Amino acid sequence: MQPEQQGLEVAVLVSVGRHPITGRARRAEQDARGVELALTLASELPGTRINVLHAGQQDINSEVALRGYLGMGLNSLTLLEQPEGSDAIAALAAYLTKALPPLVLTGTRAECGEGSGLLPYALAERLGWPLVNGLAAVETIENGVVTLLQALPRGQRRRLKVRLPAIVSVDEAGPVARQSAFGPARRAKFIVTSAIHEPDRELTQWHLAPARKRPKRLKIVKAASARDRFKAAASKAGGKSGQVLSDVTPEQGAVAILKLLEEEDVLR
Amino acid sequence: MSEIRRRDPRREWIARNRLHPEHASVLAALDGIEGGGATSEWLGPSGVIRKNPRAVGFIGPSGIKRIDRSGLQSGSQPTVSAMAVSGDSRRAVNIAEPAFLVAVVPDLIGGRLSAHDKDMLGLARRLADVDVGRPGAVVAILFCEHKEEALGEVGIDKVLHFNEAIYAGFAPEVRLAALTTVERELAPRYWLFPDSPLGGADLGRRLALRLNERPATGVWQIEADNEALLGWRCTARGAAGSLDIQRPLPRFVLALAECAEPVDETRHAAERLSIAGVTPTTLSRIEDLGQVAVDPAGVALAEAEFILSGGNGVKNWDAFHHAAKVLGATEGASRVAVDDGFMTRDRQVGATGTWVTARVYLAVGISGAIQHLQGIQRCDKVVAINLDPGCDMIKRADLAVIGDSAEILAALVGMVEQRRGGQRDAA
Repeated sequence: MQPEQQGLEVAVLVSVGRHPITGRARRAEQDARGVELALTLASELPGTRINVLHAGQQDINSEVALRGYLGMGLNSLTLLEQPEGSDAIAALAAYLTKALPPLVLTGTRAECGEGSGLLPYALAERLGWPLVNGLAAVETIENGVVTLLQALPRGQRRRLKVRLPAIVSVDEAGPVARQSAFGPARRAKFIVTSAIHEPDRELTQWHLAPARKRPKRLKIVKAASARDRFKAAASKAGGKSGQVLSDVTPEQGAVAILKLLEEEDVLR
Repeated sequence: MSEIRRRDPRREWIARNRLHPEHASVLAALDGIEGGGATSEWLGPSGVIRKNPRAVGFIGPSGIKRIDRSGLQSGSQPTVSAMAVSGDSRRAVNIAEPAFLVAVVPDLIGGRLSAHDKDMLGLARRLADVDVGRPGAVVAILFCEHKEEALGEVGIDKVLHFNEAIYAGFAPEVRLAALTTVERELAPRYWLFPDSPLGGADLGRRLALRLNERPATGVWQIEADNEALLGWRCTARGAAGSLDIQRPLPRFVLALAECAEPVDETRHAAERLSIAGVTPTTLSRIEDLGQVAVDPAGVALAEAEFILSGGNGVKNWDAFHHAAKVLGATEGASRVAVDDGFMTRDRQVGATGTWVTARVYLAVGISGAIQHLQGIQRCDKVVAINLDPGCDMIKRADLAVIGDSAEILAALVGMVEQRRGGQRDAA
């Protein structure tokens, strides 16, 4: 690799996750995938420095969760210390403006708190950097331009070229995070710095409750007569049938199918 | 001519026999002769609907009076007119002077409104129609080409269509510029986006933060609330779906699927709108190099877009695999094909296998056991190739071709290869 790429710095933003069943603090799924991507990048591009960032309070629960990331093979983690209930965006934006890492990786949304998935967008807006969501893989980094694969629904991929510095968010399409080792996690260090404290006042005014099951949508039959309502309730659904081609040559059938495939735009 | 009324027993018999091919025409002719006859329903002098039960129905073959309320068979006039009304009973709505605007940006996957988009439009209608006297208008902002013809039927009053090529693909910055112009020119009261990974979630967050507003994400319910600023309160999912957040509804809403009922009782104008001042900037820091060819075999069956599925009717499996490769389809199979060892278990589609969500499902030689049809419930278009015209898969299919599957598949493969070859020559 060229010498100018030797010093690429990657900042990974991590949060404290929450196990969906037990509710215990853990490393967040998407953020861990972000760390995994950064570690893969570091093994491919020697000299890459990974700076793992977390803004939040320091207590026993969050420490267990954050050490989960450190056990993946990191030496240290920068903790921007804030009291509970403060807005992480301000602290992170302030830190990133000073540090100016060319590439920032982050999970798409947090597993506790509001979990609105706004943080990457808010940071991109404050810093004025481009943002790409749904990162699947980083292909190359050359001359301040990163080529990456974006995950689309249905397993598709799109290749994008983004000018650095950029913020890239990782979701479930990213590579699965490696296992966290206990020993390295214990030995790694926290670099604690105090950060701006901006309380999230709006969030405190909202009413939070454990999620209740969403009502299942009912099949509402709007029929004029009782007979229609009875028929709708008693008959098998999806009675309407489509076009049936019988007594056609294989070529005619194939033409009809090809026409439908072209209309639906599934042939590539 | 003469006072004697002539009867035609054959025609009367046809009129009674609703399965007769000439039934409808004979019925219409009889109606014309009788000149409407007795009406069964009319408006009385005091404004009350009066009914004559004796004028309803017809005399059946055994001389007993029959009443068919389905409207399929009856010689009497009123039922026919009732049928015409039920053909399109939706109220036409034209909002000339909207009190305010509700902007909706649907995903338009493959150029069509998804069920999620229609739910969003239903939600927009709820917000717009809060005051019956002064309704708001729903503005749909569409990017790129679309295939929807009846935009008014899903509750759209005005359509703003950005059709330039620069909006295609992944172009968040260009789309954002267009939307900020819309905000400046039209200033909608609400902005609604589907909170879906297909684009709405991304674009909605970008726009809200560009305009310095805090959106509500993952909204699944709204209720009227007089204390709130905009008169609504919403319930949103937070913390990876484990929290319900109740908050006043903000201007920017990213809602989940099934957040409201889609519109089905009214027809709207869907009038074209154009705004000045949209200057498409080509200067973007993100360059879209297009979609990458993904090995279709590597795509998970549950999320594959195009599936070629084989069943008992497939005899030549090598040709089947070749067809899947040429068409670029993910392979699926029915249970019989898996049990017989032609396909692996992870390729099985159906109740015991994978529930697929493909946009196009091409079923070759599958008769359609109920377990298999359950598995393809969520597919958009089903194409069936089968020898048996009476099988259940044909009933489910949008396009069915009756014939030998091997020959049809071979012809299809030939055509696709020819088409590809032609394209390559042209390029």
